[in-house]
Amino acid sequence: MLEIKNLHASVNGKEILKGINLTINDGEVHAVMGTNGAGKSTLSNVIVGNPAYEVTQGEIIFNGKNLLEMKPEERAQEGIFLSFQQPVEIPGVSMTNFMRAALNAKRKHQGLEPLPAGDFLKLMREKRKIVELDSKLANRSVNEGFSGGEKKRNEIFQMAMLEPTFSILDETDSGLDVDALRIVAEGFTKLRTPQTSAIVITHYQRLLDYLKPDIIHVLIDGRIIKTAGPELALEIEERGFDWIKEEAGI
Amino acid sequence: MMSAEQQYIDLYTECRDMLDKHSAPVLNALREEAFANFQRLGFPTQKVERYKYTNVAEAFAPNYGLNLNRIPIPVNPYEVFKCDVPNLSTSLYFMVNDQFYGKQSPLPPKGSKMGGNSSSEAQANVGVASNDAHPSISPLGDGGAIVCSLKEAAVKHPELVAAYYGKLARTSKDAINALNTMLCQDGLFVYVPKNVIVERPIQIVNVLRSDVDLMVNRRVLIVLEQGASIKLLFCDHAIDDRSFLTTQVVETYVGENAHLELYELEETHVRNTRFSNQYADQQAYSTAVLHNITLHNGITRNRTDLTLSGEYAETTLNGLVIADKEQQVDNNTLIDHKAAHCQSGQLYKYVLDDKARCAFAGRVLVREGAQQTVSQETNANLLGSKEARIYTQPMLEIYADDVKCSHGSTVGQLGEQAMFYMQQRGIPFEEARMLLKFAFAADVLQTIKLDALHDRLSYLVDKRFRGELSKCEGCKMCK
Repeated sequence: MLEIKNLHASVNGKEILKGINLTINDGEVHAVMGTNGAGKSTLSNVIVGNPAYEVTQGEIIFNGKNLLEMKPEERAQEGIFLSFQQPVEIPGVSMTNFMRAALNAKRKHQGLEPLPAGDFLKLMREKRKIVELDSKLANRSVNEGFSGGEKKRNEIFQMAMLEPTFSILDETDSGLDVDALRIVAEGFTKLRTPQTSAIVITHYQRLLDYLKPDIIHVLIDGRIIKTAGPELALEIEERGFDWIKEEAGI
Repeated sequence: MMSAEQQYIDLYTECRDMLDKHSAPVLNALREEAFANFQRLGFPTQKVERYKYTNVAEAFAPNYGLNLNRIPIPVNPYEVFKCDVPNLSTSLYFMVNDQFYGKQSPLPPKGSKMGGNSSSEAQANVGVASNDAHPSISPLGDGGAIVCSLKEAAVKHPELVAAYYGKLARTSKDAINALNTMLCQDGLFVYVPKNVIVERPIQIVNVLRSDVDLMVNRRVLIVLEQGASIKLLFCDHAIDDRSFLTTQVVETYVGENAHLELYELEETHVRNTRFSNQYADQQAYSTAVLHNITLHNGITRNRTDLTLSGEYAETTLNGLVIADKEQQVDNNTLIDHKAAHCQSGQLYKYVLDDKARCAFAGRVLVREGAQQTVSQETNANLLGSKEARIYTQPMLEIYADDVKCSHGSTVGQLGEQAMFYMQQRGIPFEEARMLLKFAFAADVLQTIKLDALHDRLSYLVDKRFRGELSKCEGCKMCK
């Protein structure tokens, strides 16, 4: 589904990613772990096309298409979704109008007519239940006045609405209490199908207990220095990253 | 080279008799003084503080035609203008240029329920009985309100009109007032007698209509006696692709404990130039909600001078400007707190793009003795391009020592993070921009108390941002 080859990227002229190689197949969930400042968020931002990040080398192929040539909205319409580490508040834009614009843009891309208003509202109601999002929140401005947990639940709600084939969860567990974490994780799991894949960026095993990733990558200093099965996450939880760095000769 | 003033001086000198002949003595009585003042003042240069941002002489330099002979314009506005703000249950009137169209029954819009459900409530206390019949004037003394031609009112009720006409809009200091007073022949008169509450909003559609470039001098006089209440909506449209130059002077008296809502909406085209001077005086315990909305225009200068003369009066003065291409909008306001315990709030928002060049200058004056004044003034601006310009100048002068006042302005661009967030959800760049612009404008729209107008305006603003509103909405001629 997604193939990243020798990806180099920089922010404000500083190189953050120094040659990432990563292949994700249909139905797989990969976890990316690593120390602070290792480049995890840069990786997710580059995949979704954040203009603040500059790709200097390498390529990303998504379902056979060159992702780096696409605008951010085109990538989203192709089925890529980022659950933001810090969801943005947009005062004055209601969740309803925001979701309608997003969903209909995707439908247009797929050659479908806009969803009739009644069907759209019904869909909103259904999907809201997945993350137990209050109907009041759905009527408010995007993320405005939402608590940290509500913002993260709102991200998964949007994911449920847009049904992406490839999702990135960028520290979706940060700032969540145990109950909210469970709701978010269970919501994500409900949306998983054999045709959808994901990258989960996290510091903690807790989220991975729920999400059960197939493969764990360790990203240190802009490179993936170790890839292994789910047991690696447990080992990191116990021993930290130093032994992996030593193993890799860093 | 002939000065910009000269053609107006010549015009007046040559056509004085014609002006008088087709107007009313009450209006004619102020012409000579206005003319003398106009000659003395000349058009203000941009060195004059309140005209800093608009080149007046340039706007008045072209040679426009005037309809001093009051030749009837071959148009039936009720046919041309199908349906402006539908579902608003307004009492709808038209003005073509400066002429009130009151004598004609409107054709009910097809498929509309106007005049249906709420006709019974509309009959209460209102001279304007229902939508089926539009008497242009109702006799005074039966508790009825008047909405009619200013000329007609000046003939039928000369004392009433003379008591108010030209008292707020003095010609001695402002050349636009002087020019309007010396040339205007007609306009609109709204009168609400003591304790009369006009439930149904009155909508006046000003239609600029001409086969040649035209200058229009329109005069509006609004009088609310003690305890009176009315909601007015003025919509300015230009239905011909001609250059129009309008001067408009609005004088508004809000009596003790009277309540006025006045929404003014400009939706003209790029060949339209508008100079509007609006004056309002508020007595004790009165409230006024004034909105100035510029949706589409050419060059616009709106001056609003509001005086809080009586204690415990409240004013809300809001504005919304959407401008792009090379449009110019200059809003210049003065709120004069003369009495104690009054409140005023101003919120002006501008959404600019392309090479729009706009200004906001708002002065709040709290006079000595105007204790316990509460005043807020905010001007916020969103610039969508590097070439768009806003000149913003919030001003606060306080000569009392026990007041709560604030003033401020902001100028910003569209938030990059919000833009990216929306794009990541698949919303195209242009659509995301529109959503953000709309969101920025929304809080001015939210202060509109007429629900139906609020909804309609939201729709129009949305269309405007989509670029689908380059000419007036609802107008058959433009389609």
